[in-house]
Amino acid sequence: MDRVILHSDMNCFYASVEMLYHPELAGRPLAVGGDPEKRHGIVLTANYPAKKKGIKVGMALWQAKQACPDVVFVPPRMDLYLRFSRLARELYSEYTDLQEPFGIDECWLDVTDSVPLFGGGRKIAEEIRRRIKLELGLTVSVGVSWNKIFAKFGSDFRKPDAVTEITRENYRDLVWRAPAADLLYVGRSTRKKLATLGMLTIGDVARSDPELLHSIFGKMGYILWVFANGEDRTPVSPESYVNPIKSIGNGTTSPRDLEDNDDVRTVIYLLSESVASRLRDNHFVGDTVGLWVRDNGLYSFCRQQKIGTPTNISDEIARHSMCLFEEHYPWTVPIRSIGVRMSGLHPDEYCYQLDLFSDVKAREKQFKIDLAVDSLRSRFGHDSVLRGRMYFDRVLSGLDAKAEDHMIHPHSYFESGDRTGTCRIMENLQTYE
Amino acid sequence: MSERIGYKVYVDVDATFTSDGGLLPRSLVWEDGRRYTIDRIRKIERCASRRAGGAGIMYTCLVSGREIHLFYEENMRWFLESKL
Repeated sequence: MDRVILHSDMNCFYASVEMLYHPELAGRPLAVGGDPEKRHGIVLTANYPAKKKGIKVGMALWQAKQACPDVVFVPPRMDLYLRFSRLARELYSEYTDLQEPFGIDECWLDVTDSVPLFGGGRKIAEEIRRRIKLELGLTVSVGVSWNKIFAKFGSDFRKPDAVTEITRENYRDLVWRAPAADLLYVGRSTRKKLATLGMLTIGDVARSDPELLHSIFGKMGYILWVFANGEDRTPVSPESYVNPIKSIGNGTTSPRDLEDNDDVRTVIYLLSESVASRLRDNHFVGDTVGLWVRDNGLYSFCRQQKIGTPTNISDEIARHSMCLFEEHYPWTVPIRSIGVRMSGLHPDEYCYQLDLFSDVKAREKQFKIDLAVDSLRSRFGHDSVLRGRMYFDRVLSGLDAKAEDHMIHPHSYFESGDRTGTCRIMENLQTYE
Repeated sequence: MSERIGYKVYVDVDATFTSDGGLLPRSLVWEDGRRYTIDRIRKIERCASRRAGGAGIMYTCLVSGREIHLFYEENMRWFLESKL
């Protein structure tokens, strides 16, 4: 029997929440954007009137102002959005325990087993749409289908405040006629490659030879073919499911361009402290340091290196990152953003080979200092205890990298591995042939 | 003390926590400083207020024979929608 899967997408989420809290701005173009002073100056979300005037997500605030001079900018209030996101999830949970968030504003729900209770996927979708509008004052668009990919397609098909059902009867008309780029995981370069093969619509991809796609895109080729045919079998994870942490990282765009190694060292120490502290919070040590750098021409690269002894000590992480940086950055232009990441995580009681040359006692001491700093900061705030280096430039070091406003990350459809069932489908195909 | 933001008026409320964990408003102090007793609570439901701007739990109450909507917002404050 087919599953019944909903994908609920809150329309222009941040902007809609702000519209709710600013009734005086009704009908006016509004964009939620960062603080231009701190150079987090891009549009995070725009409402429909602003989008109509050409404002797009990711635009710099000044570009948005050019496109639409009467736009109102409001700074983001992450705590408020998280609250509404949680309220929406509470509401979803009245219909199913199989709900899997995809970012802060989207969610898949597997309501297969609730259908006898509430009567049909479409009916549940309509009810969710109506209740979110009434109870939270926000609009959602909901897609209903038998797989996650088409459900997501459905929620993008008609918005705002709409329900679209993709059935085995109508998917050829609705999904297959849409441009290939509307399919999850068809980005700019995949779209271009597909176009050179004459595949412009999702239907073209679905009707193509999966072996041809495989020869061009590798394993992803099969997956695209499966997606386009509605054969994706990825389950909706249960509510309580927590994705295992595979790495811990922090990045930031600094308040001013970084000009020399000293500037970079300040920011790297700041980020490393945050990463190390989060490692300790979660009882991890990591054995691979990764560094990500973007210069002010927006060119970026990342490098990573395995280190001998797994660590969660701030100073060690910072030193390794700095080494990576000095080795790989030629200082042609100033730097805009930097990120530090630890992967290769092990539990912190993990046994490892000591080497002859490192001072175990000194390391233990360092670790204890870090713990003391953690506990001071949790009681008296991040700025209560700082490294001396941070006082050279309080503008650069004024960020609290661990703060909650940095906690919204993009999600991958394959976070929990490939659960699409593609291998099995391909094997079956081959046996038929 | 009450506080007004557009059509949204935050007010002081006296409320009772019931033994089963419920929260019931008993009286409120309006902008003019007068205290109004809530005679009856007709309905309790989640609702957004588009006029005042906000969302929370809406208590439909009877005050001096008139129906009012008193909201308990997510930030743990009570507000009324003002008509003016």
